[in-house]
Amino acid sequence: MTRAPRTLFDKVWDAHVVHRLPEGPALLYVDLHLVHEVTSPQAFDGLRRAGRKVRRPERTVATVDHNVPTGDRSLPLDDPIAATQLDALAVNARAFGVELFDLASPQQGIVHVIGPELGLTQPGMVVVCGDSHTSTHGAFGAFALGIGTSEVEHVLATQCLVMSKPLTMEARFTGRRSPGVTAKDLILALIGRIGTAGATGHVLEYTGEAIGALSMEERMTVCNMSIEAGARAGMIAPDETTFTYLEGRPRAPHNRDWGRSVAAWRQLASDPGAKYDRRVDLDVTAVGPQVTWGTSPGMVTDIKGYVPNPADFPTAEERQAVERALAYMALTPGTPLAGLPIERVFVGSCTNGRIEDLREAAQVARGRRVADGVRAMVVPGSQRVKAQGEREGLDRIFQEAGFEWRNAGCSLCLGMNADVLRRGERCASTSNRNFEGRQGAGGRTHLMSPAMAAAAAVAGRLVDVREWEVEFA
Amino acid sequence: MSLTPFVRHVGKCAALPRANVDTDQIIPKQFLKRVERTGFGPALFHDWRFRPDGSANPDFELNQPEAAGATILIAGANFGCGSSREHAVWALAEYGFRAILAPSFADIFGANCGQNGVAPVRLSGDTIDELVRRCRAGHGAYRVSVDLEAQRVTDDAGLVAGFTMDPYRREMLLRGLDQIGLTLLEEPRIAAFEGGRGGGRA
Repeated sequence: MTRAPRTLFDKVWDAHVVHRLPEGPALLYVDLHLVHEVTSPQAFDGLRRAGRKVRRPERTVATVDHNVPTGDRSLPLDDPIAATQLDALAVNARAFGVELFDLASPQQGIVHVIGPELGLTQPGMVVVCGDSHTSTHGAFGAFALGIGTSEVEHVLATQCLVMSKPLTMEARFTGRRSPGVTAKDLILALIGRIGTAGATGHVLEYTGEAIGALSMEERMTVCNMSIEAGARAGMIAPDETTFTYLEGRPRAPHNRDWGRSVAAWRQLASDPGAKYDRRVDLDVTAVGPQVTWGTSPGMVTDIKGYVPNPADFPTAEERQAVERALAYMALTPGTPLAGLPIERVFVGSCTNGRIEDLREAAQVARGRRVADGVRAMVVPGSQRVKAQGEREGLDRIFQEAGFEWRNAGCSLCLGMNADVLRRGERCASTSNRNFEGRQGAGGRTHLMSPAMAAAAAVAGRLVDVREWEVEFA
Repeated sequence: MSLTPFVRHVGKCAALPRANVDTDQIIPKQFLKRVERTGFGPALFHDWRFRPDGSANPDFELNQPEAAGATILIAGANFGCGSSREHAVWALAEYGFRAILAPSFADIFGANCGQNGVAPVRLSGDTIDELVRRCRAGHGAYRVSVDLEAQRVTDDAGLVAGFTMDPYRREMLLRGLDQIGLTLLEEPRIAAFEGGRGGGRA
């Protein structure tokens, strides 16, 4: 019997269906459940009240990231409410037998940075976390998705998720990107093209030579922002780049298991002729550095572009949304994006807080100075990234240039700790969301790549980094 | 956790016809530090509802006197996009909303609604536009019936709009079921699945 060709997603899905429920959805087995302090306390509390246990503590890993201070880490924390949440996770992890990388741990970091760097995230897995940017882990060919707290409780209790099978969408990236254009620019360009609900209900699979050419960390940047296109998850088929990245990581398979695992992972790529429900093509050759101008990641254009005119949008709903966005961002139609003055810069987050991102920003910062009146922060995605950066001397490059070099956490990406924008401040940010108030009430966020953000810090305004003398990797 | 079943709800409407309302707007991050499921209602749409000095913003739709006591929210496309925070649904429910009517919902938000007895009802863009018109014309008196059993939204002035919902989510809402309890009944299957794949790796 010949089997119909299957996509990468189909294969991972099929391998995890425990049972199909009468109403149609599947009971899907979860290989790895990542937990953090903000979306888990109510879930553990639910278990406790129902007298339930964590079914597979060894498949559950917790860390603290959203709330943690990135400056002084000596206890007690300045923020007593944040401390309550951190304490709750410590108590829950101990009570339910879950491994926790806490503030003192050298492995602590953003959940989507530490999963891959420890080798916890592996091809073919189903990975969940109470956080929408769980899509990051799809870069390894895992089906990785964000879930709500009730579902977190469900996975803790049952190691399964009840889910109807999503549709699939192929995003094919062709051509070759030009120097100074990063993975961040590719994914922003795609979101600009299909919109923030462009992939709702779908799992995106990124394919094409421009994806194959990306490093593992670049692939994570792309998959990370799948949720910003509305997708349930984003995936990239594992290949030699994936295996090279994983080999020797602490939690990756070792010895005989390694060879067996790689052999199985090689089978995961979509079969020739496999059908997707939808497809979108994007030629990366023409893509330049992207910068958002509005309050939704889809409100994005090339750094050589201009603030758009609401009147140019086709529907009343869009015109209204653009008007609101421009009022919030204090921007006038027709203004060139290059040259827009900024007061803050943030390099970090689960999108762009890995070592390659920091190297990219450091290439720009090296031998230059942050402009007067600009506060620029570099927040490594994990303490391991921080330590690696220090081994490479990146901390010195940044600090000599006037950037702050901080401890790991989500930080200014969502401003749950002390790292927030003040009302009216404009920020060049490597994070993933430019929503109203995301980085602080009244703050104005422009999303871009690490190189572009570092250049903005030096210039004190948005600039096209390609016009500078920088050696791009 | 078992919930109040959602079979049919008749209630007053409020309209918030904006596209892409994200969960950062529904419940801003400074309110996510609670370790309980309650206490989020007062912070619903905080940065839109309140001015920087803490006073109510009279321009915001839900602050209009006509919107007081509404239990059904008529919203724009891609409602609930962005962060997975279930706190957004807890805040909406605590504020008093039992159903959200919109042209589309973000996936995670839709799932979170189903877990909390809040019905995410997808209607066509034209139907939503019509509901917004009727809601505004009603000056606080506009009510609709959301019948999940019949999968139909109706009002007293002849509007009838059918909708569909994922059958499992609908069943959960209709019966107010404890999903974890149900899944635990499948324990032998889960154990067999784990046993069948040895180390459990895919």
